[in-house]
Amino acid sequence: MQSHILSIILFTPLVGAFVLLFVPKENKDAIRWTANIFALAGFLISLPLVPMFWAQRFLPGFKFLEGTPNNWIPSIGAGYNLGIDGISFLLIMLTTLLGWISILSSWTAIEIRVKEYYVWFLVLQTGMLGVFMALDFFLFFVFWEAMLVPMYLLIGIWGGPRKLYAAIKFFLYTLLGSVLMLLGILFLYFHHHTVTGVFTFHIPALYQTAPLIPFHYAIWLFVAFFIGFAIKVPMFPFHTWLPDAHVEAPTAGSVILAGVLLKMGTYGFVRFSLPFFPAVVSHPKVQSWMIGISLVGIIYGALVSLMQKDMKKLVAYSSVSHLGFCTLGIFVLNSAGLTGSVLQQINHGISTGALFLIVGILYERRHTREIVEYGGISNVMPLYATITMIMFLSSMGLPLLNGFVGEFTILQGAFTANWRWAAWAAPGVVLAAAYLLWLYQRVFFGTVTNPKNEKLHDLTPREILTFVPLIIMALWIGIYPKPFFQILEQPVNQLVQTIHNNSNANAPVNAQVAPAPASQAPVAVAAKASN
Amino acid sequence: MVELTIFALGILLIDLMIPRGWKWINAVGAFVGVLFAALCTWQIQSMLPPRGLFGFYNSLLVDRFAIYFWYLFLAGAAISILISVHYLDVEDEHHGEYYALLLLSVVGMMCMAAGIDIVLLFIGLELMAISTYVLVGFLRRDRRSNEAALKYLLLGAFSSGIFAYGLSLFYGISGSTNLAIIGRAVSAQNPHNPVVVIALLTTMVGLLFKIAAVPFHQWAPDAYEGAPTSITGFMSVAVKAAAWALLLRILVFGLFSLRSVYTPVIVIVSIATMTGANFAALTQTNTKRLLAYSSIAHVGYMLLAFVAMGTSQPGSPGFLDGLKGILIYLLVYTFMNLGAFAVITSLRQRNVIGDELDDMAGLYQRAPVESALMLLFLLSLAGIPPAAGFLGKYYIFLSLIESGHYGLASLGVLYSLFGLYYYLKIANSMLMRAPMEPERLPVSLGMRFAVGVTALATIVIGVYPEPFIRSVNWSLGIAQSPHVAAMLK
Repeated sequence: MQSHILSIILFTPLVGAFVLLFVPKENKDAIRWTANIFALAGFLISLPLVPMFWAQRFLPGFKFLEGTPNNWIPSIGAGYNLGIDGISFLLIMLTTLLGWISILSSWTAIEIRVKEYYVWFLVLQTGMLGVFMALDFFLFFVFWEAMLVPMYLLIGIWGGPRKLYAAIKFFLYTLLGSVLMLLGILFLYFHHHTVTGVFTFHIPALYQTAPLIPFHYAIWLFVAFFIGFAIKVPMFPFHTWLPDAHVEAPTAGSVILAGVLLKMGTYGFVRFSLPFFPAVVSHPKVQSWMIGISLVGIIYGALVSLMQKDMKKLVAYSSVSHLGFCTLGIFVLNSAGLTGSVLQQINHGISTGALFLIVGILYERRHTREIVEYGGISNVMPLYATITMIMFLSSMGLPLLNGFVGEFTILQGAFTANWRWAAWAAPGVVLAAAYLLWLYQRVFFGTVTNPKNEKLHDLTPREILTFVPLIIMALWIGIYPKPFFQILEQPVNQLVQTIHNNSNANAPVNAQVAPAPASQAPVAVAAKASN
Repeated sequence: MVELTIFALGILLIDLMIPRGWKWINAVGAFVGVLFAALCTWQIQSMLPPRGLFGFYNSLLVDRFAIYFWYLFLAGAAISILISVHYLDVEDEHHGEYYALLLLSVVGMMCMAAGIDIVLLFIGLELMAISTYVLVGFLRRDRRSNEAALKYLLLGAFSSGIFAYGLSLFYGISGSTNLAIIGRAVSAQNPHNPVVVIALLTTMVGLLFKIAAVPFHQWAPDAYEGAPTSITGFMSVAVKAAAWALLLRILVFGLFSLRSVYTPVIVIVSIATMTGANFAALTQTNTKRLLAYSSIAHVGYMLLAFVAMGTSQPGSPGFLDGLKGILIYLLVYTFMNLGAFAVITSLRQRNVIGDELDDMAGLYQRAPVESALMLLFLLSLAGIPPAAGFLGKYYIFLSLIESGHYGLASLGVLYSLFGLYYYLKIANSMLMRAPMEPERLPVSLGMRFAVGVTALATIVIGVYPEPFIRSVNWSLGIAQSPHVAAMLK
């Protein structure tokens, strides 16, 4: 028996976008209500997934499988296959939550071309969910690229003064990564055919054959996938699109961009790079390169953040630093690092999403993001100042808030692997405290120096509503993270096991004898059983 | 071959009838003619033996491959006719000859796709080419159109001459005009025999000229810019598809034994084509010219698939996917490119030429639906899924991976980024700039229909390509009998 909950979650926003097309363009409030209802519905529909998933959290393999392999385009072996494990489950919940919050936050921010805005936003939502759910590489790639289009339009139409530049840069950069990845996917697909005689894009099937690819090919494939994901994350030398895109994007676009889009890169590493090329990622040289650029990203992002005059740019660079922690956790290749990394991805979505909302609220009132324009805001907007403090503390990793749990677990994982890595990453935490607290001091403390700031009104109920779920989540993960660790336990252990079993695969000698990795077998069984 | 004669006569009869009617009757007549031809094709298809039907003393072979292309030509012609009605109205050049020439060029194309005799192939080519020369220069009062036609005619006639020279050498080698016999005679020869090489190269010059590959592409941007926009669309899809059909007939079905000689040339040509066209397109400010260069770039990608075919064994995955790639690419290209040209054509108003990039500015306010669909066509041209263009790109890169051309594949995907950049330039000015003149754009019914059909096809092929892939497999006989492989032996 198949449950269709994933499809329902996936297509609710798209249905919303379709319904919106029939709402007259002039009636802006009707459009806003419709979009918000569908966004909220998208979130509420995903809630039943929580208890359902919780019940099966320790079962191996992908859950809630939908579709039989190759049922979509049998001629090329592509299928409409969905399925999730603990990692994608958390990211899906994050996406539905942030999707709703971003749409809610756009109520007054978007005044022109309102209808198109919400239509594209809902389409984007479906695209992002599809990336996390797809168990078929063709389907995955379709979502992965299709999702770029609405984001490009969101930046390009509703963005800031340099929106055209930022939109094209965003699209070109991410497309560069994904076309190289496409070649990698095609190679895996063809390799699967060479080994088994079957053409298929089914990911669990590819898990079986990809580790058999000889090392000298696997390393290039890894590079192709790496570029695709690293641009998305973005890792240090590939990050230059990010500040432009963030600064020019509308607030809600930034929230989604930071909260969800960047996670696709790290998700790609966890879902594809590690299990497909275990021998490459565990090769000492590759691993130290990956860790090295993660560390550079952490320190560099934090240092650049310190120097920013524009609040949004500051938050954007802080993302580079935070995502450096996530990739560090991934490439230390032990279970603490991976668990911490996934958790930190969720945390970053919550905290940085909130930071962009915070910046957006000031921007909506004053239409500037220059730090020097502000000062003493806590006098005129006390509630806003309190919420900002909570989210800043969560972002810098204060104990009892979510950021601490993630960063601590990552550092613990890094320390177990090599204490020097942890030692290099730790200054990132300190610098985060520095740039965030300094920012807070400059914007909120002191007396109101700029007369324009005297009349600012505090948060509206709608704005408060956008922060409530984020604060609840931040406290929950900070105080009682055990459920999250339990959800991640099975997929992370399986992944570590896969890497361990195959760490000397990809070698021609082993290609002859290497059996299907033991930990993967249940996946195949589960996939078959569900059919 | 009774059916074929009947339908050819049918078209000609309609040709005779149309000049007498009213303006729009011409178009309706031509459209009915195309539909009638499609119906006859369908009838032929239903009674087709697996190896095809021979006709005209074995100079014509109607096989599945030909049928596939016939449908492609007819679809291209039908959509072009829909676009033309409005355009000719605006230009005040409503003449029956226009549609007659259009249909005649389709007849020429059909001969090119189905001919297995070099004389017939050449006649088909010339029938098509001469019709299009006239169509390009159809706007008598427009100097750009006249210039384009003259350039196209001179260069086209020159290349036809070289092509005919190559064919005559092949006749000399084999003593026959039949492509199969020529193929057998040539495969018995040493492929590096100078006469064979010269014959091959001159033939290839003619073929590469027709598909507008660099360095034989110089005519294309001028002809595309000067021609009536509806004809530009027609030329960029149907005429190009016919040239590809001819190229595949001659180089793959006829002279496959020479692949070790021509593949290196094709490699160089494809790299030059992608490079030249993509760089040139970056700086264009005229939409028609931009799309002309982009269509040359697409030829470069298709040539990549041809390289994959030329370097793998017949019947191997690389070969089959390369061939499928070219056929699918032509199919999706027909719809997405015609769709884009249809939108550009609708910009042509009484006193606005409408083919500069600036004319696209703010199109979303003047024609919201058309601009949304234009975005779809542009993304499809750039190969972004789920639009259909991705499928063509997918097959081409797959065939390159399968035949081991990793470097070429990487080069190809990098150039597709260039493509995205200049398509986004159009999208940017369309969606993100304020309109020059705010009033809504009147769009005629036929135009709406044309844009709608092409958009629907672009989406459907992209989202559910299975039946289309099957039809390509059918046309190549991959599903039932490996008749392509048989033809090559």
